[in-house]
Amino acid sequence: MAKTIANKKSSKRAQASPAKAGGPKPKYDKVRLPESDEGAVVFCTDPLTVKSHYEIDYIHSYAEDSPFFRGLAEGKLCGSECTKCGYRFATPRAYCMECGAPTKWFDLPLNGRVHTWTTCYFGSEAFLKEAPFNLALIEFDGVNTLFLSRLIGATEKDIRVGMPVKAKFRRLAQFKPTDVYFVPAEKA
Amino acid sequence: MRPVYMISGGITKFAKGEPRKSFRVMVKEAFDYAMRDCPRLTRERIDGSVLSYFSDHFTRQLMAGIMAADMCGLVPKPTIRVEGGGSTGGLCFQEAWRHIASGWMDCVVAMGFETMSHVNTWKGNEFIALASDTNFDYPVGGFYSGYYAMMVVRHMHEFGTTVEQMAQVSVKNHKNALHNKWAQHHYDLTVEDVRRSPMVAYPLTMLDICTMSDGAAVAILCSEEVAEKLCDNPVRVLGVGQGSDAMRMADRPHGNVILLKHEDASWYKNLKYPGVHSFRAGRMASKLAYEKSGIEDPREDIDFVELHDAYTSSEIQTYEDMGLCKYGDGGKFIEQGHPELTGRIPVNPSGGLIACGHPVGATGLMQAVFAFWQLQGAIAKHNDGDGFIQVKQKRGLGRRKMRGAIHSHAGTGTYVTVSILESTR
Ligand SMILES: [Zn+2]
Repeated sequence: MAKTIANKKSSKRAQASPAKAGGPKPKYDKVRLPESDEGAVVFCTDPLTVKSHYEIDYIHSYAEDSPFFRGLAEGKLCGSECTKCGYRFATPRAYCMECGAPTKWFDLPLNGRVHTWTTCYFGSEAFLKEAPFNLALIEFDGVNTLFLSRLIGATEKDIRVGMPVKAKFRRLAQFKPTDVYFVPAEKA
Repeated sequence: MRPVYMISGGITKFAKGEPRKSFRVMVKEAFDYAMRDCPRLTRERIDGSVLSYFSDHFTRQLMAGIMAADMCGLVPKPTIRVEGGGSTGGLCFQEAWRHIASGWMDCVVAMGFETMSHVNTWKGNEFIALASDTNFDYPVGGFYSGYYAMMVVRHMHEFGTTVEQMAQVSVKNHKNALHNKWAQHHYDLTVEDVRRSPMVAYPLTMLDICTMSDGAAVAILCSEEVAEKLCDNPVRVLGVGQGSDAMRMADRPHGNVILLKHEDASWYKNLKYPGVHSFRAGRMASKLAYEKSGIEDPREDIDFVELHDAYTSSEIQTYEDMGLCKYGDGGKFIEQGHPELTGRIPVNPSGGLIACGHPVGATGLMQAVFAFWQLQGAIAKHNDGDGFIQVKQKRGLGRRKMRGAIHSHAGTGTYVTVSILESTR
């Protein structure tokens, strides 16, 4: 059926062309890009505004930070301690920001305090469905820097700076920093 | 380094969405505005360009800079793209300054843009949040408003800053913008309006936070010789400074304050600095810019500031970083009216990012353009005759020319630029 239509069309065009007087048919007359029913999602016709899709899967290596993420699956929080000046970072980093020396791993305490916090009622698209959620920077005794985490089991009404909190771990690891989260250690 | 002058500037009116113009046409329009405002300047005189835009994601176009340069007819002259988050525009201005100061070029165009309306707001938030550590920060709930909210919660804890003081910043900047035709928003607000608007990330409401925008801005810089030839009323770039800090807020140290010339270590005996309550990069940028400009005390030696108020909270934090008041006094500084149009040192007479909009790569250059018009005394000329936001020079300071500071800031205080501009009138 489709073939018939194509033939009809091409014969019509042949009549209109100067080649009809018995000469050879144009060689490329039947060359066509195949059509598809893909179409376009159009938001607006003036200015013409269409949907343009883009998606990527990365092959993301945690590289030097890998032990931290493996640690989460074992219920362990790993920080970085400078091998030269002894500065202790709660969030892992391969080299010391203060003196430039390499760091070694150490186990962070699982109890800390809320250094600062917020409750997010909106967010990036990826986290919108989780809102409202709490973010907190956690401080630990004997550690120089902080650790960003989710804080659950408390709301805007009862979270306080200085509130004691403790780490909990997902039973089924996703190998993301959200494998660890914090909960209030006692009623403030 | 030789003296550098700004001889013209142009902007497009920032809008939430500008679907009828692509980024390159917006840049071209801002460029044409600047060229018209300096009629003796011809395109042949321009030696090259510096382009700024923050995110390749928003346009989904790599090497967008060259497309803007070719639309403006500035190829095959040298051009380069500059990027540094929210500070992209400020860095672009300073890169253009280096082009001239070093003697490499005699006349250069700094051009910036962003088209953020090409994705919805939530996706835009995601693109912006990708400018945080994608191993440790972004996956936890990457959202810049959340990061700034945590910073100001700590500021409130350390210094007693209040949400009402933050709201006063929004009220002030929006009020100024009522007299700025270029601004994206023209709202006459009260503190209650700001507090009643939807909570985004405690304690920041929708009206504490700038919006996303489409727009472009252009600043033209040149040598003294070229400025004398081409412009009757150039503005001198007196000095520039820049600073940086760790990407992750969590990594910021808790040490000692970097002191400005007029400050005393005894003021901050018990303050752990910067922690997450202050922007060390903003302090470093200010210190360097003041040193290069011979500024002893910014409270006396600067007549106005256009600073990066992506959040009302960050405006308060920046008063302190720039030494307009002591660390900890930022809340009181706005409460006492010092940064108002008629106050001791007007801050964001244009309306700032909160009211004018924040098309990231253009923002720092927009500040340069507003400061340029201020120092030329030309606000009314570019604002349909309305000169209400024209800042007056400090009284009794006839001994020096009028000065303005522009301050551009990237995510949680990672890159910050401060540039000091001075009138030649
Ligand atoms: Zn070290």
